[in-house]
Amino acid sequence: MADEPNVHRPKTIIAPGYTFGTVTDQIASVVLTKRTPVIWYVSFGAGLVLLLLFLLAVGVLFAKGTGIWGLRTPVMWGFAITNFVWWIGIGHAGTLISAILLLLNQSWRNSINRFAEAMTLFAVACAGVFPVLHLGRPWLAYWLFPYPNTMGVQPNFRSPLVWDVFAVSTYATVSLMFWFVGLMPDLATLRDRTHNRFARFAYGILAMGWRGSAGHWSVYETASLLLAGLATPLVLSVHTVVSFDFTIAIVPGWHTTFLPPYFVAGAIYSGFAMVLALAIPLRSVYGLQGLITDRHLDNSAKVMLATGLIVAYAYILETFSAWYGGNTYEQAMVWHRMTGPYAVSYWSLMLCNILAPQALWFKKVRSRPVFLFISAIVVLVGMWLERYVIIVSSLAQDFLPSSWSIFHATRWDWFTYIGTIGLFLFLFFLFIRLLPMISIFEVRTLLPAAKVEEEVES
Amino acid sequence: MIKPIYGLMAEFDNPTALVEAARAAREKGYRKLDAYSPFPIEELTDALHLHHNKLPLIVLLGGIIGGLAGYLLQYHVTVVYFPINVAGRPLHSWPSYIIITFEMTILLASISAVLGMLALCGLPMPYHPTFNVPRFALASRNRFFLCIEARDPLFDRARTIEFLETLKPREVSEVAP
Repeated sequence: MADEPNVHRPKTIIAPGYTFGTVTDQIASVVLTKRTPVIWYVSFGAGLVLLLLFLLAVGVLFAKGTGIWGLRTPVMWGFAITNFVWWIGIGHAGTLISAILLLLNQSWRNSINRFAEAMTLFAVACAGVFPVLHLGRPWLAYWLFPYPNTMGVQPNFRSPLVWDVFAVSTYATVSLMFWFVGLMPDLATLRDRTHNRFARFAYGILAMGWRGSAGHWSVYETASLLLAGLATPLVLSVHTVVSFDFTIAIVPGWHTTFLPPYFVAGAIYSGFAMVLALAIPLRSVYGLQGLITDRHLDNSAKVMLATGLIVAYAYILETFSAWYGGNTYEQAMVWHRMTGPYAVSYWSLMLCNILAPQALWFKKVRSRPVFLFISAIVVLVGMWLERYVIIVSSLAQDFLPSSWSIFHATRWDWFTYIGTIGLFLFLFFLFIRLLPMISIFEVRTLLPAAKVEEEVES
Repeated sequence: MIKPIYGLMAEFDNPTALVEAARAAREKGYRKLDAYSPFPIEELTDALHLHHNKLPLIVLLGGIIGGLAGYLLQYHVTVVYFPINVAGRPLHSWPSYIIITFEMTILLASISAVLGMLALCGLPMPYHPTFNVPRFALASRNRFFLCIEARDPLFDRARTIEFLETLKPREVSEVAP
């Protein structure tokens, strides 16, 4: 099919020279090959080691209770909730790419949506771990859901923490379904391409007998659009509800109306940073520069810059409204953050989230993957510090100076946190090895040859 | 006696040829036909008159049921089953029900979108006659297929092969049932 003429388009999203066959073979070969790159083993192994660390930390936690963490009155939310908000925020970029950019007809998303959605799923899995571990008696986590029980009690539906249970579990379920629906045609491709009997059986069962019938495609496209339409308000609602965990309380620094949009922007900011942090190494290891092009990195960097500016605006607004609102406690909170025991964290987050990303204004920076990778990591660190400062500094120094106490993270705090990074890497590299990391059928539609030429019709 | 077949399948190189072939077959009067492609082709949906599926209605119903269930669950728990009087505030505190009602709407609408899609497509279907054609494995890679099924009233093995040959396919093959 190399003789197909290139239909002129203003800008090609993927590199020229690809055909339906080569696109399919290149993406499928990552999964179907017998030769796995050494770097995969290294990354997967690192993930596995950290995952074991996580299991150790959880085991000790189950045996001894949350006292092994640095949680002491008045800071009862510490690392666990910081990590929860950080992870769930990272997940948001995947849904943004798969749902919102689909509705906006941004076809460049087609080659990054699959692994971004996988990132969402695994990030939500990591996020979901923390509130459950933080319960104190995690084996009773099912008490969070309303179910008929002999105790005759039910969750308090007026509490934002219960809203969060519904929001996050809905988000996890919908993300999983959306991801699986997107995978079906590609699973059929793998089923048809593999020579391994077991793999053919496994992919065949998962593909559910998908055969690419025109009637199926028509229903499939409707389903994708509807799911995208449902996931769009959902993703915006999830971080809004997460921010309600804070805003509904009266703690200074939490009780503000601008927290929901600020949280959503921050979520997308950190999520795109994670997309870049994953895409840049992946494409160079697997030689996918033709499919995940510099334009994808450039666009992601621009989204990062835009949401970063919204976040910067929110920091300024936070300070301004504390001063202008005239509330003594709010003013004291801002002053404590800037000069108090958490000043180092506060100013580092300003540096990471506001100052450093300004480099992305320059095309020279955006066109160098190495720089982009570094700035993505800087943003990820910055966004973690942001949640840490919001949660810990507000709790450590609230209304009553006599009850103030500084939070000190223990090694178990760190082990649990780093452990979930291991869980994430473990799941993500399993995904890279077993499933196509780029949506094959959606990339086929990007090829010039995919266009039906109407004028040829007789 | 000749063995019965599921239909006849023509293989094409590119989407344009498939869409033209589908149009030609419709014009010729064939109605029981299906096209297979490695990616969705909008023009094909038009050519085969496949518009209008019931999925949006299913999703709407799912969403309404989810929303109602979410609201009524909270109403029942906070007003009937487990009423707590906090400083004389109303038990039916609808503003705090909004979020769970919304999440339940999205959840049930999404589940009905996925299950409805599978049901309307008749999936999972591990066996289908088209899989008997060895080259059909390429339908998930880079080839485009048009299948005229034997249950079409106009279907006649010889004449349909002849017709499919006029569409300049790469190959025409019989599909075992």
